[in-house]
Amino acid sequence: MIQALFFYLFAAVTIASAVMVISSRNPVHSVLFLILAFVNAAGLFMLAGAEFLALLLIVVYVGAVAVLFLFVVMMLDVDFVELRQGFMQYLPIGVLVGLIFLAELLMVAGAWVFAPEATATATAPIPDPAQVSNTLALGQLLYTRYVYFFQVAGFVLLVAMIGAITLTLRHRAYVRRQNISVQVARTRATAIEVKHVEPGRGL
Amino acid sequence: MSFWSDIVWPVVVIAAQSVLLLVLLLVIVAFILLADRKIWAAVQIRRGPNVVGPFGLFQSFADLLKFVLKEPVIPSGSAKGLFLLAPLVTTTLALLAWVVVPVADGWVIADINVGVLFILAISSLSVYGAIMGGWASNSKYPFLSALRCAAQMVSYEVSIGLVIITVLLCAGSLNISAIVRSQETGLATMIGLPWLSFLNWYWLPLLPMFVVFFVSALAETNRPPFDLAEAESELVAGYMVEYGSTPYMMFMLGEYVAICTMCAMMALLFMGGWMPPIDVAPFTWVPGIVWFLAKAVLMFFFIAMAKAMVPRYRYDQLMRLGWKVFLPLSLVYVVLVAGVLQLTGWAA
Repeated sequence: MIQALFFYLFAAVTIASAVMVISSRNPVHSVLFLILAFVNAAGLFMLAGAEFLALLLIVVYVGAVAVLFLFVVMMLDVDFVELRQGFMQYLPIGVLVGLIFLAELLMVAGAWVFAPEATATATAPIPDPAQVSNTLALGQLLYTRYVYFFQVAGFVLLVAMIGAITLTLRHRAYVRRQNISVQVARTRATAIEVKHVEPGRGL
Repeated sequence: MSFWSDIVWPVVVIAAQSVLLLVLLLVIVAFILLADRKIWAAVQIRRGPNVVGPFGLFQSFADLLKFVLKEPVIPSGSAKGLFLLAPLVTTTLALLAWVVVPVADGWVIADINVGVLFILAISSLSVYGAIMGGWASNSKYPFLSALRCAAQMVSYEVSIGLVIITVLLCAGSLNISAIVRSQETGLATMIGLPWLSFLNWYWLPLLPMFVVFFVSALAETNRPPFDLAEAESELVAGYMVEYGSTPYMMFMLGEYVAICTMCAMMALLFMGGWMPPIDVAPFTWVPGIVWFLAKAVLMFFFIAMAKAMVPRYRYDQLMRLGWKVFLPLSLVYVVLVAGVLQLTGWAA
């Protein structure tokens, strides 16, 4: 009974804050509602018994990704009231695109069948949840059974990261860069020069 | 009958335990705050607070009264709801982490399977107090400070996470009590001197990671020398500029509770939690909570000394330390620890 109560609480708050994400006028408020939605989704995971995934969702999405969202959105100077001015004008096109997308999704979902060999592998190794904690179960799947797929996914992300850095990296000749090892290696002999200045005379 | 014994009674017990923990924690934080100021003063050959009560012992309570009795000023240009929500978020999250901290063997409110991850999640959420406060103030210094705070905490969470992974590899569990219990055996039992139990703890084999964790904890809680978010010479008081009275006090309280959480984490993950340092008669008579508190307070002493002795970092130096020194170091150590555990068969 308590579980059901909390489920409806988390679910209701998730949906309400998701609505607020797209309807609130201030982009920063939108991101904060998005964070609320994430946290409540983590609560739903927790109720489903996936405590590891729930906390991972909070650490990764709320603790890192949403912080960067907020970081960017706070620094944007966008007047969203101005952006919404053409709203009625674009509404028909938006509705049309949405309807086509929905129809396509429904067609795909309606024609969905599992490949016969996939159902056989999917039913094979589900360990008893009482025996294996879900951290261990996830670890075995990700890092033991599907380790090569995991590594490939990691490399794809790495390539994306290198690409993004290469696109934005530019060395400007007039910017003086800091070289820490040179700075640390400086000694008294190389850093200063002592001049003996006689009284009444300059250098 | 079953409704009362199954639902109401456990809730009452948990509520009573939580209230007890909260009250004790807040009293300890009051004295920790005083200790911080006293240590700082002693390093600078000052007396520190010495007027309220004997040796100034009641200074924190006098401060509390003063903060509570002042009028809270809300800037007219601020986002008022967020402005008042920010200090609440900071304090609540900081206190929330203590629900999974075992202060002695079995003395923990929620002994959950993923305790370490819970603390990591809570500490990664605590950045929102600063961001929301800085943005809602609608003022330049708080806003700059909020940006600094966000970047700094996200950067140092990475190395904290990797350090925790090395400990988890050695312990083989995410449950904090299990991590402490896994430190019952180790180096001392290997060299045949099991009574030297302080050699069993992870601080020795994972010493570089202990240092990385200590420094990252300073950065994660915005403590000097990494208090760039509230550097008074550049940003006045950072995201707290527009705050006064009780909301300001809640920011301070949240900050100090977060520091205590980090001290507790260091005591639990690296220093054997509630276990005595030497496993012979007079030491084993002392209850576990005393050892836990002693270790956490020792860590706080180091943090306070770091504040008193180390000059503040520059922001680019802070980022360089986090991304170019700590991240590669902890990554290499994770691989090293995993390899050693796998090759020697010590893995739990």
